[in-house]
Amino acid sequence: MMMNHSLKNRCKVAPGTVIAGKWHSNKYTVLKELGYGANGIVYLAKFKNSQVALKMSDNGMSITSEVNVLRSFAKVQGSTLGPSLLDVDDWNSNRGQISFYVMEYIQGPDLLSFIQTKGKAWTTVLILQLLNDLNKLHENGWVFGDLKPENLIVTGPTPKIRCIDVGGTTLQGRAIKEFTEFYDRGYWGLGSRKADPSYDLFAVAMIMINTAYPKRFNKSTGGITQLREAISKQKDLLLVEKVIVKALHGQYSNALQMRSDLLSLVTDNKSISPGNKSTTINSTNSTFHNPKANQPPNQAKSRQTYRKKKKKNRWVETISITIFIAFLYFLYIFQKLL
Amino acid sequence: MYTGKIRQILLITDGCSNQGEDPIAMAALAKEQGISVNVIGVMEQDVIDEKGMTEIEGIAMSGGGVSQIVYAQQLSQTVQMVTRKAMTQTIQGVVNRELQQILGRSQTIEDLPPEKRGEVMEVVDELGETVELEVLILVDTSASMKHKLPTVKEALLDLSLSLNARTGDNQFSVFVFPGKKNDVEKILDWTPKLQSLTSIFSQLTTGGITPTGPAIRTALSSFNTKRSLRSLMTGDDESFLEESM
Repeated sequence: MMMNHSLKNRCKVAPGTVIAGKWHSNKYTVLKELGYGANGIVYLAKFKNSQVALKMSDNGMSITSEVNVLRSFAKVQGSTLGPSLLDVDDWNSNRGQISFYVMEYIQGPDLLSFIQTKGKAWTTVLILQLLNDLNKLHENGWVFGDLKPENLIVTGPTPKIRCIDVGGTTLQGRAIKEFTEFYDRGYWGLGSRKADPSYDLFAVAMIMINTAYPKRFNKSTGGITQLREAISKQKDLLLVEKVIVKALHGQYSNALQMRSDLLSLVTDNKSISPGNKSTTINSTNSTFHNPKANQPPNQAKSRQTYRKKKKKNRWVETISITIFIAFLYFLYIFQKLL
Repeated sequence: MYTGKIRQILLITDGCSNQGEDPIAMAALAKEQGISVNVIGVMEQDVIDEKGMTEIEGIAMSGGGVSQIVYAQQLSQTVQMVTRKAMTQTIQGVVNRELQQILGRSQTIEDLPPEKRGEVMEVVDELGETVELEVLILVDTSASMKHKLPTVKEALLDLSLSLNARTGDNQFSVFVFPGKKNDVEKILDWTPKLQSLTSIFSQLTTGGITPTGPAIRTALSSFNTKRSLRSLMTGDDESFLEESM
């Protein structure tokens, strides 16, 4: 990398260009450019009547590095966070050999535009999905790293959050490979850049703040004070303040903890009448998640009522969990004060 | 498994040199000693002129390093990216030479099938995480840099945050040019942490001239005294990365 523009130029190809692999001899026809980043350009391409995404880079090693990550994603059972890898190859263009890989084309708006058009009610649902996927990733020894709304795509017809850029994914215990300042805990002075699950959870908390401040904001005083102030000015954020602050402090060591805290907070806020069923936290999670996953795409209305019923049933249990957590939190604060 | 170390000079400047030796020649001298020279050109509202640009690219090119022009606001992210890229570049260079020895003259990583390449990349990643890194930072303190210095300080603290998240050891040293008395002045000797910069930076004065060439030359001798001091103390001859370069 001498200058960024030289990299862009070499990988710049016109729609209609046929890219033929040197090793596997598959042929891809470029349809249009989807986007470009520091590490290359992504194109929409046609392969045997199906649409795929093709990423090209001057820097063959960064392609190889991302392919390694996608390969290990494929080994994670049941995770659908990243795109699936279809092919890796080199292309002998008239400007020299260019490395590329081909992946599943994930179509949809990014997280912030989706929430803007479909309503803020979706924020929590999508964050819960994200936390679930992150948990699987973390369990397999990885940390996503460069988590930000631009990298998160919501696909349909049943809205599902997916990630499109895996360039920042890092093995736990190593230094984070790529990050974006606003979502980076080091930038805010709230922790190191060593890859551990709480690094991603910090970014998730910042994404939640980002949904209320779509234009982001700059660091002034930095640290937790500035972030808490930003939270306190937004009603939507105040509802989930506890979870956000805990994540900003790095007090969640795994995504499921954060998920269940968030879940109990939102269900508590919205329910009105008490129910009489009580189950454990874990089963609450699964009953919330499974019906949604099995929903046919066009039953949004019945899903809403179904969820309401569920909420009533869990009222007592949510209250008790909240009280319990509030008690623990109180103990913690008390201990800090001493 | 691998005990070499990577040595870099990171030059942060906003324009053309105007005193002393040709900085491009000095960068070439650094490369001969296995030290790569990376350059970051910092802009604000003002734009770096053609001559400054050519020099910045020239220094990085002949110093075997990476160059990047940025606005002051993006400095933090760029400093850590450039350092990382240069480090990976050096490691790839070493790995490529090893491969050539094993597979024959013209073979590089790029000539391997994509599947094999993945395994090589894992080694490169692993080395990037564990290798010992020495970064000598050269900060231009000519008059035009005056109001950019607080941003430079932030960026350097951020760099030490990024690099200290690695498993491998880091050593930093900071020089400014022009200095109070000489062309170049050392403001921080080799240390694993950059935190002490905070107090030093607020006392810096800026001067008129930009002796980039002499600055690089002095930086080189700092690497050399460090090496001789250490080998004197520990009595071992470390296998330096540059020996295979």
